[in-house]
Amino acid sequence: MADIELLPHNVPANADLPELVEELTTLNLGPTHPATHGIFQNILKMDGEKIVSGEQTIGYIHRAFEKIAERRPFYQITTLTDRMNYCSSPINNLGWHMTVEKLLSVEVPKRAQYIRVIMMELARITDHLICNSILGVDTGAFTGFLYVMQKREEVYEIYEEVCGARLTTNMGRVGGMERDLSTTAIRKINEFIKTFPPVLRELEKLLNRNRIFMDRTINVGPISMERAISYGFTGPNLRAAGLDYDVRVMNPYSSYQDFEFDIPVGQNGDTYDRYMVRNEEMWQSLKIVEQAINNLPEGPYYADAPEYYLPPKKEVYRSMEALIYHFKIVMGEIDAPIGEVYHAVEGGNGELGFYLISDGGRTPYRLHFRRPSFIYYQAYPEMCKGSTLSDAILTMSSLNVIAGELDA
Amino acid sequence: MLSNQEVAEALLEKFGDQVFDFDEPYGLLTLSTSREEIIPLLEFLRDHKTYQFIFLTDITGIHYPDNVEKEFMVVYHMHSFVHNFRVRIKVSLAEADIHIPTATGLFASANWMERETYDFFGIMFDGHPNLKRILNIEEMDYFPMRREFPLEDATREDKTDALFGR
Repeated sequence: MADIELLPHNVPANADLPELVEELTTLNLGPTHPATHGIFQNILKMDGEKIVSGEQTIGYIHRAFEKIAERRPFYQITTLTDRMNYCSSPINNLGWHMTVEKLLSVEVPKRAQYIRVIMMELARITDHLICNSILGVDTGAFTGFLYVMQKREEVYEIYEEVCGARLTTNMGRVGGMERDLSTTAIRKINEFIKTFPPVLRELEKLLNRNRIFMDRTINVGPISMERAISYGFTGPNLRAAGLDYDVRVMNPYSSYQDFEFDIPVGQNGDTYDRYMVRNEEMWQSLKIVEQAINNLPEGPYYADAPEYYLPPKKEVYRSMEALIYHFKIVMGEIDAPIGEVYHAVEGGNGELGFYLISDGGRTPYRLHFRRPSFIYYQAYPEMCKGSTLSDAILTMSSLNVIAGELDA
Repeated sequence: MLSNQEVAEALLEKFGDQVFDFDEPYGLLTLSTSREEIIPLLEFLRDHKTYQFIFLTDITGIHYPDNVEKEFMVVYHMHSFVHNFRVRIKVSLAEADIHIPTATGLFASANWMERETYDFFGIMFDGHPNLKRILNIEEMDYFPMRREFPLEDATREDKTDALFGR
């Protein structure tokens, strides 16, 4: 025993009591934690209940959409876009169609543009509604969430009427919509316009000036405008930080210039501001839906682009030309022109961009999705540094990170 | 309202023949530069008094296996909110020397965008603080968005279609 050399850390301390060692705790928040609202992991270094640093692991539901898209004809890519931000699928679908239409230089008739605006704004309402009510759940108010869920259900019924699906909608076609608004759809939209405001007002009553909610959210997870811009924030999260950037206003698409609406802006970029911006955006979206449905133009609901837009089934049975086009489109035999397009729409979480490169083939040569949550989620460790774990949960919840969009 | 012409002339004046291949597909000003000039170019655009391209919209990569010595391309999209003006900047890289300086010093958002580009194309962003895979598993030993990486199992026969050549 005497031969063993005493290493410095083996030398017993002189003090009788062992010295207290300060250690940080490592906490795995996720990947399957209910509070993350999706599959992604945060490895947090905690000093007691304070967060010292954090690192994210993402990619748990990465499905290689960009790679798959390189082997699919354009119309089959729509189903991939559904599965990105699944809280507002129609925005993704229609954004993709608009990108392809830009590449093909197809002009969509006014009526189709208005129907698209209605669907996109309804989608925005459901997206924000879920985000805000979940924020209520995370602060301890479960009632509001269950209560507004029935309004989301009604919007899903409208989707069902318009495209036949509820969650992964695959809505619209390149060149227009797949069908006109039915009388049932119009009735349901009008009903929604009437019945939604009281429900939203009640959610506001529950949370907006609620002392507990305000104490839990004000000054929680703030980000300054400069940092938000540097981190590539867009959408409600950027507007909550004070910059009024909205793609719908700056680069109007699908006739957004025809509608009267305001862009709500926050000041502090904290959780409460993000909540309030989303809340006000729902009112503005409802206003747009109302204007669009009241001024719905007459006319066709799809463009005259037979090479790209599936002919009506009746025609396919009767006419040779329609049959040929139907066959060519379904088999993916249509070549797109050579081109390079970047098109952005205002998604539920911000600027949803499609960067499409076509080499003249039937599939894209390269397709890149600019996914807003992927880009702004990297700011999360900075935003929750120094805050408590319970506040970090609220910060994440108010950022509205959607795992499908994060991972694509 | 900024015009493509105006921005292009300003860039030519500042960078000379280091910016080339000007184009405007669908109205969006597109230009190429070398990898030595990409960071100064981004910085010039970001800090320009009047243009103020303060927002980095996107970074992504493209693989052109047939372009000898220019197999890879990194594409930057920038946006000026003040003028509502977008610009697209491309940098070509050779597969043998697939390095480009990082933009993380200029934009915090470049961090994950570059990691994603590295993850899928294997483009090395020199100086990046944490250049590792982001969406794929770390043990992966290939770069899946490269064109040679097959989408489907090449040995499968049930998917061959003799009539339509897929």
